[in-house]
Amino acid sequence: MATITPDTQIDIGHNDDPNSNYLTSSRGFLSWALTLDHKRIGVMYLVGIFGAFFLGGVLALLLRLQLLMPEGTFSFISLDRYNQLFTLHGAVMTFLFIIPSVPAALGNFVLPLMVGAKDVAFPRMNLASFYLWVFGAIFFLIALVTTQLDTGWTFYTPYSIETQTNVIAATCGAFILGFSSIFTGLNFIVTVNTMRPPGMTWFKMPLFMWAIYATAIIQVLATPVLGITLLLLTAERVLHIGIFDPSMGGDPVLFQHFFWFYSHPAVYIMILPGMGIMSELMSVYSRKPIFGYTFIAYSSIAIALLGFLVWGHHMFVSGQSPMSAVIFSGLTFSVSIPSAIKVFNWVATMYKGNINLATPMCYALSFIFLFSIGGLTGLFLGALATDIHLHDTYFVVAHFHYVMMGGTVIAFVGGLYHWWPKMFGVMYNEFWGRVFCAVVFIGFNLTFFPQFIMGSQGMPRRYATYAPEFQLYHDLSTIGALTLGIGMVGAIAVLVISLFNGRKAPANPWGAATLEWTCTSPPPYYNFEHAPHVGSPYDYTGLKYDPQVGGYVRDPNAAPASESGH
Amino acid sequence: MAHITGLDMHSILADTLFFPPERSTFAGDVDGLFNFIYYLCLFFFVLIIAAMTYFAIKYCARPGHSEKPSPSHNESLEITWSVIPSILVGVIFFYGFTGYLNMREAPEDAYEIQVYAKKWQWSFKYPNGAETTELHLPAGKPVKFLEQSADVLHSFYIPAFRIKMDCVPGRYTSTWAIPNATTGSGISIDGHQPYHLFCAEYCGQQHSQMRALVYVHEPAEFEAWAEKEANFLETKPPAEAGAILFQRKGCVQCHSVTGDRSTKYLGPPLNGQWGTERDVIPRGSSTPEKVMMDENYVRESIRQPMAKIVQGRKPGMTVFTPSLLNDKQITAIIAYLKSLKDEK
Ligand code: HEC
Ligand SMILES: [Cu+2]
Ligand SMILES: [Cu+2]
Repeated sequence: MATITPDTQIDIGHNDDPNSNYLTSSRGFLSWALTLDHKRIGVMYLVGIFGAFFLGGVLALLLRLQLLMPEGTFSFISLDRYNQLFTLHGAVMTFLFIIPSVPAALGNFVLPLMVGAKDVAFPRMNLASFYLWVFGAIFFLIALVTTQLDTGWTFYTPYSIETQTNVIAATCGAFILGFSSIFTGLNFIVTVNTMRPPGMTWFKMPLFMWAIYATAIIQVLATPVLGITLLLLTAERVLHIGIFDPSMGGDPVLFQHFFWFYSHPAVYIMILPGMGIMSELMSVYSRKPIFGYTFIAYSSIAIALLGFLVWGHHMFVSGQSPMSAVIFSGLTFSVSIPSAIKVFNWVATMYKGNINLATPMCYALSFIFLFSIGGLTGLFLGALATDIHLHDTYFVVAHFHYVMMGGTVIAFVGGLYHWWPKMFGVMYNEFWGRVFCAVVFIGFNLTFFPQFIMGSQGMPRRYATYAPEFQLYHDLSTIGALTLGIGMVGAIAVLVISLFNGRKAPANPWGAATLEWTCTSPPPYYNFEHAPHVGSPYDYTGLKYDPQVGGYVRDPNAAPASESGH
Repeated sequence: MAHITGLDMHSILADTLFFPPERSTFAGDVDGLFNFIYYLCLFFFVLIIAAMTYFAIKYCARPGHSEKPSPSHNESLEITWSVIPSILVGVIFFYGFTGYLNMREAPEDAYEIQVYAKKWQWSFKYPNGAETTELHLPAGKPVKFLEQSADVLHSFYIPAFRIKMDCVPGRYTSTWAIPNATTGSGISIDGHQPYHLFCAEYCGQQHSQMRALVYVHEPAEFEAWAEKEANFLETKPPAEAGAILFQRKGCVQCHSVTGDRSTKYLGPPLNGQWGTERDVIPRGSSTPEKVMMDENYVRESIRQPMAKIVQGRKPGMTVFTPSLLNDKQITAIIAYLKSLKDEK
């Protein structure tokens, strides 16, 4: 295996003080703005992404409050304003938050550490990816404050060709963000392929790496299609080329095919990294090797590949031929199996374990609960006869929030709590961490479960006003959303407060066996002083809790095949 | 028609909590499949969560407890839990698609209603010429909906029937249903409890208000209703009735009512013309003469278009004989033309 040595460009103002870490090794705005350090880029992504999450969340709360009353609660939210709000909520959450969330923030920080490397393969490209994200985000905000986009995040034609709002600024934003995503993906593919240390074969990789790798493949293969589609849409608006516009002989349904050819795989860009986090958490906090490693690893790849063949399930009532609907429905069911296998494996991992119900594990257990509901309700939507009724109703809204938010976001927050001591060298408050996990869990279910019921009762999505018989469900959902909002803010606050008063974190507080826990917390600028010894990522036998350190250390006597005498 | 009879297990829970009442013959099949998936999901969900909770409690970290070795994989167990769900989703897929194919293929003799969607209103045309903005249907008969859209995507959704189909501009789409119960009795809509019809595909500003009501009548009453609705000449104000005829008899194809003089229209625009003079060339003559647009001129233009040709236009207007357009209808059109103002 060829090994690419990453660019060891030293950041501005870097000092070689052996006691410094990546956070303290240099100071000043430029040392962050121009950093090539994957850890700092990960932290900057984290801040940016949470900014987007907060914005999207505030928009969501506004929407929910507006829906308290059938004719709308606030008079300052007109029909147009409502349409703009839900569009922005969707666009900000998908493009600015959830797609980059796990890979760009946690992946950037953790992945090079997991392979025992100094950095990703292309550090400059990594920084470029971050700036593309920033510029893309600015474009989105331009669309927000100027004429206000109202097409839905899906940009369906011919509405998106006709509307007076600033579709072009928004598509430019999404286009740039697409490149940000491609850069991240490319970097991770090369890093995983070429920079694994000797001894780390494919099947000795942590499953988080498998997940990030599978995600990166989708990012690189699918995102260009979105870019081209959005360019065509812009060309249609500006030059009237007549590809999607029916009044010029174009086909509006073609746009849906293009769009979902990207956007279905994109849902796996969103969920696969969350699944990767889950595999780490379930194993570490159960102190058991992950059950069925090979099945989980292969199922990530299977999902990545099969995910390209099912886009038509978003279009069962679009007028596509019955034959293609039947084929897409069949393929869709095939992609449900790998996800089911993963859930079974995670639960089986707990068997005969020693389960530490720390906050990350609480999130992991919430994930299993919520993701199971999200995944199982997908069966109603994959089956043709029931989808006809449920398509474009709140049932779909509830389904994808259970998967995306109950899955990815919960895993993301769990992963953040898990790696937080490593990232910032402090321990958060365990009690409040668990309390807010419970608040999030309750709030989440209260928000989205009623949506399943009103959806199957026939409540269409994207409605600014609604028939009065749905009010009870809407009101429950709004109360849930407020609870969820409090829980999320609390969960983040617990982490932020720990930065100021958190106990100093040991190198390995959870007793995990992956390589990132072998360096100090927070890691030094160069990550590892010596190349770490590669063992099995899920073998916990040699790790013993040391009350003096407050964390786990490798027991030199018990280490079986360890020749790590450095 | 194949029914998913084996799956027709209606639970009180699913009927009252999850669904609006079943008001088409599909609804039973759809709900049956829904319930089948629902109980299957419930079973697996309870299984997963029970195992998870049990493990979390039994193996919870506490003093004196430590992990015990157990195999980290088990081929036969893993194959079992891959294969069994695969078979079950295969079954779901099968019932899903057979039910769906039934919903796509309307029987030959179905009563056909044309559905027009435009921002943000529905309109429905019935075979006898009646046209409405609320949907009226005969109970117990297959009805086919032939859908068109004038502008952007819309979606024709009747939850009580469990049917939905997008209306795509520049293309026909269709769906069908057999309503299985009436919404009330009588031709008039008083005393009916109609169902919702929603636009389910986002279509802009008033998307959430693009709703209509669905009335289902006894077949005999439906006939009577349709008859009455088609005779709108008696029931509507003349100018409104005239506007409908102007549209329906195809005058719109050759005459603009917005002042458009372009060659897109064979004939001259007709708005703001009432009482004004124009130059026409009478039959057999070559010199133009002036004539004012009044009742008799319009009547003549319709019955014998060749009698006077508007200067600058070519003869080419359809001759509307009494069988195509009767006198009462002409009177209504005249009332309509009088009401058309000049567009400035
Ligand atoms: C096939 C095209 C066509 C159709 C259909 C048609 N017209 Fe015309 N119409 C013409 C043309 C061409 C003229 C001008 C030549 C002429 O006077 O015959 C005209 C002239 C007229 C005029 C005289 C206009 C003027 O400014 O003096 C009237 C009134 C009129 N049409 C009414 C009607 C009505 C009412 C209908 C529907 C019942 C109708 N037309 C359907 C083509 C059409
Ligand atoms: Cu999809
Ligand atoms: Cu609509």
